[in-house]
This record gives sequence, structure tokens and C-alpha cells, in this order.
Amino acid sequence: MNVLEDLGRETTGFFSYAGGATMLLADSASFIGKLRIRVGETIEQAYRLGVQSWGIVILTSLCTGMVFALESANQAVAYGVGNLVGGAVAFTMARELGPMLSAVVVAGRSGAAISAELGSMVVTEQIEALQSLGLSPTRMLVVPRLVALVVMLPLLTVFADIVSIAGGAYIASVFAHVSYESFINSARASVPFIDVCKGLLKSVVFGVIIAIIGSYSGLQTRGGAAGVGRATTSAVVIAIILIFIFNFALSYVLFPQ
Amino acid sequence: MTATASETNIYARLEDVGVRYGPKVVMQHLSLDIVEGAITCIIGLSGAGKSTILRLINGLRRPDEGRVLIGDRDISGMAERDLIAIRETIGFSFQFAALFDSLSIFDNVALPLRERTKMPEEKIRGLVEETLESVGLVNVIDRFPAELSGGMVKRAGFARAVISNPHCVLYDEPTTGLDPIITHVLTDLIIRLRQRLNGTAVVVSHDLESIFQMADYVAMLFEGAIIAYGTCEEIKASPNPIVQQFLQGSEVGPIPI
Repeated sequence: MNVLEDLGRETTGFFSYAGGATMLLADSASFIGKLRIRVGETIEQAYRLGVQSWGIVILTSLCTGMVFALESANQAVAYGVGNLVGGAVAFTMARELGPMLSAVVVAGRSGAAISAELGSMVVTEQIEALQSLGLSPTRMLVVPRLVALVVMLPLLTVFADIVSIAGGAYIASVFAHVSYESFINSARASVPFIDVCKGLLKSVVFGVIIAIIGSYSGLQTRGGAAGVGRATTSAVVIAIILIFIFNFALSYVLFPQ
Repeated sequence: MTATASETNIYARLEDVGVRYGPKVVMQHLSLDIVEGAITCIIGLSGAGKSTILRLINGLRRPDEGRVLIGDRDISGMAERDLIAIRETIGFSFQFAALFDSLSIFDNVALPLRERTKMPEEKIRGLVEETLESVGLVNVIDRFPAELSGGMVKRAGFARAVISNPHCVLYDEPTTGLDPIITHVLTDLIIRLRQRLNGTAVVVSHDLESIFQMADYVAMLFEGAIIAYGTCEEIKASPNPIVQQFLQGSEVGPIPI
């Protein structure tokens, strides 16, 4: 009986969370559609959530590009296809790893920050204070974070793509003696511009996921400091799971085999 | 007991209200009239649901049963966007002030004017300075909430609650945790602000001395219902043993410890 009760509670909780997050997205979209966006706050959030994530995104993608080249370059040269290393690195980074790694890193850093900040505002009654002033927490807090991430995550992904390919080129050159020219030519031939754009479209979707899940988890916080901790953890975990699921779905739709 | 006033000038009316938090019944068949132009104080044990009454009046909490009327408008089932117009006419001073910690005192108080009106910044500055002066805080205008004492934070909360000249101001535990001098200052301030706004005030407090100094009407909440309602003199003379035990702060009596 307890198992059934737990299952029922979990199922209700899942649909309640999914419904609530979807409603928050719809509410935010309605404000954005009416151009009721707080520009100053959005710029501030773009700096805090995007610009300040620059270092960690660059480091992660640089290391990934370098590792990928390190593992593949020697093998490729041994099989006589060293001229394809650049294409393999660029193809993987621009279409898959660049957008996804950037999103996972930003979910861990900025998604957690959004959830913790809004959660703290809930437990200190600041969200109720906004409502009592006749102001919408969605417009005041969620929309600036959503717009900031939708703009900043694709920009971070562009940097991630460039840095990872550059790192891969350097490693392929040093460890497998693949020339820069060969690497770049292979990369350009393998990744058409439209594929880069599709990768950036994924980043837009991931930006929406991180902002909405972070905000919704934060706004649902109950129970003081422990509640803020729980909300922050769930925001990061749920956002990362959704990023993986949506990455698969988007790859399937955007890059038909 | 139903705490309904004989006067026709009723600002807010709670009619047969029931409120539950999960399985816990907080209020049952509670009726209370808030007389326009008067200070109504609500007293009762900790956790009795006094703050919930304030949240019912400005729609932050919806009743599970019964109706809440502001004037002749039933706000119980009102859509959130329609409630905004009601909330703009009601100021709310929270127990811990709920100031936005990322904003200066000036920006906290100016927020409702900046977000809800098209008032020029110069006029906003004048109004905010005037209001902060009326609560004795003009010298800390550029400081942040974390830099102020408890009494100053409460006064800043008062200033934000009254900056838009609301018809009614709700005060949640305005003097809790403060020394007797600041308590006296704040009690005086509530009386002066009500006179300045020529409006209605509802105060939730445990501080009997301060209540009997400012209240026109007092309602006592016990086990989810109003058990006594009247002027200060009527409450002091109440034959109800629960009221008498509460007023005397005695351990002996019908209130279970």
C-alpha cells in the first residue's frame, strides 16, 4: 500500500512540477511578447549569469576539445586519415558537445544561482512583498533571467566551439603532427554553417530550460535554509536531465540521418 | 462569535472563512469586519493564523471556504491579474520587513512608484525623501537593508508600504523583537501614518500595550475563530476567560500551554 501511495505522490508531484514550470514559461512568454522586459535588470543578469560563466565554459570546452583531439588524432594518423581529425572535432563540438557542455556548466553555476536567490527571496518573504506591491514576480525576476540566458548561452556556445576547435588543432598538431591548415580545412568541410546555427538553436532551448527550471524550483521553495538547499539541488539535477533529453530530441529533429 | 461591525463603512469583510494548510485546519467559519478609517488590531496566540488574516485581505492567500470582500468586491476567486489593482490600494508591512536586499533603502521605497507609475524620477525622489523623512530615515537613504538595525528596517518597510498612499495598510507584527523605545516610536508612527493617509489599518501584534495605545477595534483569534471583538475597553472587560487569560499572560486558565 505504501508503495502505491508513494507512486501516486511521486506521479502527482511530477505532473504538478511539469505543469507549474510550463505555466511559468507561458506567463514569461506573455510578458516578453508584450515587450514588458526590464532592460536594466536583464543586462545585470546577462552579466551575472552569462559573462561571469565565461571562464568556466571556456576551460571546460578547451579541455574537451583537446582531449577529443588527443584520443582521436594518433588513431586517425595511424589509419592514414589524419586529415579528418579537424572535421571530427569540429563536427562533434559544433553540433553536440559545444552546446551541451556549455549548458551543463551554466546549469550547474547559473541555474543553481537563480534557484538559490529566488528561494532565499521566498523564505524571507520578498516574493510575497513583490506580490503585495502589485508587482508580478514573473515579470520582475523570471523574465530578466530568461532573456539573459537565451541571449548569453548561444554566445557562450560560440566561444566554446571556437576554443575547443582551437585547442583540438593545437593538440593534433603537437601530438600527431596534423598541420593547422589540414585541421582547419577538414573542420570547414565537415561542418556547414547551418549546422553551427542549429547547434546555437539548441543553446537557446537549453537557456530556456535552465532559466525556467531554476526560477520555478526557487519559487517553489518551502522550509527555510534547508528548503533553499533542496530547491537548488533539484534545479540543477532537473535542468541537466532535461538538457540531455532535449539534446537527443533536438539532434534527432535538427540533424536527420 | 462573528465579529461584524454595526457601522455601514466596512473596508473589508471576511465571511465564514475557512483556511487549511495541508491537513491542518487554521481557520473555520471565521467572520470579521474591518472598519474603514479605523485601526483594527488582531491578537491571539502564536500560530493562531493572525498573519493569515492579513494575507487573506490582500489576496496573497485564498480562503478554502467562505468569501473575502474588499468593499463590495469578492476577491476570493479573483484572477491574479485582477488582484493587482486591489493590491495597489493596500500597503503591507511584513514581520521582517521583507526589504529587497539587493536594493538600497531609497530604491526599495521607490520600487512601487517606478514599476507601477510613469512618474518622473525627480518627482519619485521627492516623494521617497518625504516619506523616509516621515519615518525618520532620510539619513540612511543610500544604505542597504543589511546595514540597518531592526527598528530602522521595520520603518523602511513602513515607508515602502505607504509610499503609494494606499487606502489600507496591513502591519504584521510591527513591534516584535524591538526595544520599548523603538516599540513606542513605531506605535506612534502607525497612528500618524493612518492619520496622514486618512485610511484604514490592520495590525497583527502580541504587544498589548502598543495595541491598546493605537487600536480602535481589537479582535481576538483563538483556535481558528474570532472569540472576542470590540473596542479596547470592551476587550479589557470581556467576560471570556480565554481573553482574560491572554490579556493577563497567565499560565492558569482554559488556554492549553
